[in-house]
Amino acid sequence: MSEMKASSLWPVTLRWSAPRTITAVVVIALLAVLPMIAGALESSYYVSFATRVLIYALAAIGLNFILGFGGMVSLGHAMYVLLGAYAVAIPASHGVTSGFAHMALAVAVCIPLAACLGAVALRTSGIAFIMITLAFAQMLFFGAVSLKDYGGDDGLTVGARSTLGGLDLSNNTTLYYVTFVTVLVALYLSWRAVLSPFGLVLRATKSNPRRATALGHPIFRYQLTAYVASAVVCAIAGVLLANLTLFASPAYGAWTLSGELIVIVILGGLGTVFGPVVGAIILLALEEALPMLIEATLPDYKSNWMLLLGLFIFFVALLLKRGVFGSLKP
Amino acid sequence: MMTAQLALSHLLNGLQLGVLLFLLAAGLTLVFGIMSFVNLAHGSLYMLGAYFGAAAFANTDSFLLAIIAAVGGAGLVGLLLDRFALTKLYARDHLDQVLATFGLILFFNELIRIIWGPSSIFIQVPKALDSTIDIAGITYPSYRLAIIAVGLAVAFGLYVLIQKTRVGMLIRAGATNANMVAALGVNIKWLNTLVFALGAALAGLAGVMAGPIVSVQPGMGEPVLILTLVVIIIGGLGSIRGAFFAALIVGVVDTLGRAFMPTLMRSLMERNAADAAGPALASMLIYLFMAVVLAVKPQGLFPANVAATR
Repeated sequence: MSEMKASSLWPVTLRWSAPRTITAVVVIALLAVLPMIAGALESSYYVSFATRVLIYALAAIGLNFILGFGGMVSLGHAMYVLLGAYAVAIPASHGVTSGFAHMALAVAVCIPLAACLGAVALRTSGIAFIMITLAFAQMLFFGAVSLKDYGGDDGLTVGARSTLGGLDLSNNTTLYYVTFVTVLVALYLSWRAVLSPFGLVLRATKSNPRRATALGHPIFRYQLTAYVASAVVCAIAGVLLANLTLFASPAYGAWTLSGELIVIVILGGLGTVFGPVVGAIILLALEEALPMLIEATLPDYKSNWMLLLGLFIFFVALLLKRGVFGSLKP
Repeated sequence: MMTAQLALSHLLNGLQLGVLLFLLAAGLTLVFGIMSFVNLAHGSLYMLGAYFGAAAFANTDSFLLAIIAAVGGAGLVGLLLDRFALTKLYARDHLDQVLATFGLILFFNELIRIIWGPSSIFIQVPKALDSTIDIAGITYPSYRLAIIAVGLAVAFGLYVLIQKTRVGMLIRAGATNANMVAALGVNIKWLNTLVFALGAALAGLAGVMAGPIVSVQPGMGEPVLILTLVVIIIGGLGSIRGAFFAALIVGVVDTLGRAFMPTLMRSLMERNAADAAGPALASMLIYLFMAVVLAVKPQGLFPANVAATR
């Protein structure tokens, strides 16, 4: 791979005049004022929609950390979203409504789980790694289905949004800003991590694991740490998702969601820090716009918009090598 | 006595699932062996086979024609996919392949929904096989036995094709080192097209044979696809022998797990909870099995060769 150029892909100091920086700043600024615009248009739906976009972006940022920078293709990251959602729904059904408790539970369960699963999965590489992560996600999916006391197949409704200190998450705008800030923190952390010595070794394991080992780096530890970190980010996305939808269901861990997360990462730009945000905006906006577009032209086929989405994903994989954000100059 | 008969009947069901999985796994693992290509849309070919078969059966009332339509139709779609859609992806990394074929799954599911509607359709068991046979004290549907027979026959045919013919020799050589075979003057692309179309036809055959015993509906390919992926990983990528044994193991483990797990769970927890948890935990069983196999032998049980698993 052309990882020799890697250093030019991630400049250590931000160039404020670079197209990528400008795009990222503009997108972040628009996201920051979005609830006010939606408020002016009196369409509260778009605040919920934008929250969903940001939650998907957060999960994709987590996935991108190992997929884009570590070269580990996990087709099972939706399982950590599922875990986070159940970390809200199950305590809530027992009357525990503290958001801090939900978050702590999600992280406390996620870290040992991801460490164990990652340790086994990382024994393999390439296609086998893709499949074993898929298999683990299926296990957790069926595990969630077997929780009959917690809704089983049908999922579990959450009575009310988590309480988070003085913040009132039942207000859609507040939830939006909590998600927004979480995304910003995740972006900042992944940006710093990628540039750190840790990130340097992680990227080295992607471009040439053998050489990285020969240089004396215990690459397994680096990969496992990155895997666990990325799982935790996805679990936090799950906590937020359950708060947004007031619902947790095995479907959150469906392998199609893992696929969608990969689509978001590629669409935005594999191995770019801000790419997942752009990818999530494009994919979810498309999923929103396609049905409307078809309804306007061929109303009989309104429910068949997935046909076009499938073709879109196919051509993204075929033609869009560097993703939308990744095609911009750094 | 009752338990032994029940176990035998479930064992046969497991074998029947196993041979269906083998029909799917054979094509997938061979294409992987030659081109190092992962085709998630293989389950869609299985679905197309079932629908082509259902359409032909409804119109002609001949199950033989249904099989021909399913095998031919799925094979043709496979051929077209290989020549026009997927060629460019062979040289790409697995990530692009996974993504592109993931898109194809959505496409085919929706296409089927447009043509045949969203609800499931039924294929009747062909009249000649709509009976039961007594084996060792149990009565077993002859249609399911026929599936096992056809599956084993195809497996034997594939064995002969791959071990005893010139084409088979080229396929084996391609799986060992595709570049070397190409350098020796064999058109490796056409070889792969042939294998791809053959694999698609076998998936179509599995689809139409499964038609009368599963519900034929959009999205029916995905659960089967995931089981098939488990099979080829356990068997060792690119290894047809591995695919055969792994398919039988997965089929039997999955079926026996589903049959006996609820009973087993009942001795551990109350009946209601056990009835709900049992099947779900049984579904987890093969993934657990796969995880153990990969943890112990990352190359699978019957690794084909080192080159193909890179």
